[in-house]
Amino acid sequence: MEQPSDDLLRDIHRRMVRIRVFETEAGRMAEAGKIPGALHLYVGQEAVAAGVMAHLSDDDWITSTHRGHGHLIAKGGEFDRMFAELFGRATGYCRGKGGSMHISNMALGMLGANGIVGAGPPIAVGAAFSTKFRNTDRVAVSFFGDGASNEGSFHEAANMAALYKLPAIFVCENNGYGEYTAQANHQAIVDVADRAAGYGMPGVVVDGMDAVAVFETAGAAIERARKGEGPTLLEAKTYRFFDHVGVRGMGLSYRTDAELEEWRKRDPIHMFEARLAELGVLGKDQAAAVHEQVLADVKAGIEFAEASPFPAPETLLEDVYA
Amino acid sequence: MAERETTYVAAIAEGAKAILAEQENSFVAGEDVAGAGGVFGSYRGLLDEFGPRRVIDTPISEEGIVGLGVGAAATGLRPVIDIMFMDFMGECMDEIANQMAKMRYMFGGAATLPITVVTMSGAGMNMAAQHSQSLEVWICHLPGLKVVAPSTPYDAKGLLIAAARDDNPVFVVMNKLSLRNRGPVPETAYEIPIGKANIVREGADLTLVAYSRMVAEALAAADALAAEGVEAEVVDLRSLQPLDTATVVDSVRKTHRAIVVHEAVRFAGLGGEIAAQIQEFAFDDLDAPVGRVGAPFSPVPFSSVLEQAYLPDTGKIVAEARALLGG
Ligand SMILES: Cc1ncc(C[n+]2csc(CCOP(=O)(O)OP(=O)(O)O)c2C)c(N)n1
Ligand SMILES: [Mg+2]
Repeated sequence: MEQPSDDLLRDIHRRMVRIRVFETEAGRMAEAGKIPGALHLYVGQEAVAAGVMAHLSDDDWITSTHRGHGHLIAKGGEFDRMFAELFGRATGYCRGKGGSMHISNMALGMLGANGIVGAGPPIAVGAAFSTKFRNTDRVAVSFFGDGASNEGSFHEAANMAALYKLPAIFVCENNGYGEYTAQANHQAIVDVADRAAGYGMPGVVVDGMDAVAVFETAGAAIERARKGEGPTLLEAKTYRFFDHVGVRGMGLSYRTDAELEEWRKRDPIHMFEARLAELGVLGKDQAAAVHEQVLADVKAGIEFAEASPFPAPETLLEDVYA
Repeated sequence: MAERETTYVAAIAEGAKAILAEQENSFVAGEDVAGAGGVFGSYRGLLDEFGPRRVIDTPISEEGIVGLGVGAAATGLRPVIDIMFMDFMGECMDEIANQMAKMRYMFGGAATLPITVVTMSGAGMNMAAQHSQSLEVWICHLPGLKVVAPSTPYDAKGLLIAAARDDNPVFVVMNKLSLRNRGPVPETAYEIPIGKANIVREGADLTLVAYSRMVAEALAAADALAAEGVEAEVVDLRSLQPLDTATVVDSVRKTHRAIVVHEAVRFAGLGGEIAAQIQEFAFDDLDAPVGRVGAPFSPVPFSSVLEQAYLPDTGKIVAEARALLGG
């Protein structure tokens, strides 16, 4: 298994911090009424996006979910164009037409956040088919939730990927809930990875709060896919620190503060920083400097978005067709 | 005594409660309808009152949920199935179009499917292309289904109860921008007949035919037109399938002009069908072509500026009316 170099470890850390700070500030902006619509934040799950994406280039594809900012950031998304999209500005990645739930960037290999739960896996299968068809060694990674693993679309996609031995990796981010329903109330299994057996592909469980574990496990699955050995179902056990939608959500009591506190003790960034300090890869001050730099970048992104124009009403009918 | 008022969403919950109380074989199933009371609050309190046998949280499996309703209905239950956003019909369209709508017919009348599907349509909340659509024509086009679209809290409760008492599959298409609207709602379990339109404003010069949230926009347009000396009649269709052609045609015979208004995309929207029926039955009474106000031919955009440009509203109805009257 590939051991991450010191540089790579710092790179993964930076990706995680970029997600954390972006999402935290986006949550603030939403609460201040500056971001309209639904905002599903990724805080708590950073290790998954960062650990997987550290293996991918712009030529590899990913599909995402309604909780998609983290995936785009880890894939190289720029703050200015991302905030501009969330703010509904013409300079956004989708020119203000998509917003949070459809944020995407084809040049970065990001086939979109998605408002339809379970819509990503079949699209990733198509992208994997495409890379194989064109004889490249590129892969397609589909991120989806525990809740999404109950959609028929996931099951059809998994079967086809295994049948055609496609270079697809299904990354289930099991954060224990689909909206306000706990996993135990939406499926009769504990490990979504068990479902892989039914389709003839390996299923692996990994600690989704441990960036290195995610990096290593994803590396093996991606290498397998690149070698033409077919798909893998990777299940990352994780947790979202904010509510389903927004920061505080609708104020429903569907999980306990104690549970949240337990998971917060395993904050993926804190754990990773402790490890990096121990390894002598990134000291406390250096880590703090990363946070500071990223916060400045986020603030610049927000300024860019706020200074950007709204789309002209005439653009409404543009891009319906090619 | 002043009439009691509630919100549109509270009226839905009251309707659902009345159904569970009066029909022992009924149940409500859908994503987050039980523990959370529905993400819009449409089923708040029902789990506590009726328990998990009757109020059921499902996995995120729309095809499974609707199929569960079809199978349960065919075998003697009276399901109320929630599809959170109408856009998610995409996930379960086979169960709707090829099973629910046709089973009775295909079986030569041997099966009865008393199933109610509650869903949310409409834009205006920056929910973008996959959470804002008005897809009622998808289901109006399917023989075997009925479709209603309440415009007020009163109608939401009464049409929901009527749907559940009907022995056919009935879709109750709610509107998410109307959820906080208040209006008079009786506490009793009352029923609004399916297939009957409601004349909500009388007028002699022009008929505005609308449904769901666009009824309020049509009424505001009628007020604006009244200031210009034009008296518009406003017909709230309430029921889209079956369609109350008689009420619409009678109104046009009186006013000689009609505009159909809906939030759905104008092309191939219900307005086309209604315009065709008006010309079929009242051609000689028309002083002008039937006008249509609907959304332009694009997905629903995210940004407010674009979404406002997209949405039909009072101003667009008034403009269409002026063009029609001037012409
Ligand atoms: C087809 C479809 N059904 C339902 C929804 C409403 N919805 C949005 S997010 C969500 C929960 C998804 O849970 P999960 O897949 O575990 O992802 P998480 O939110 O936990 O990241 C639901 C039910 C939707 N957007 N699309
Ligand atoms: Mg989840």
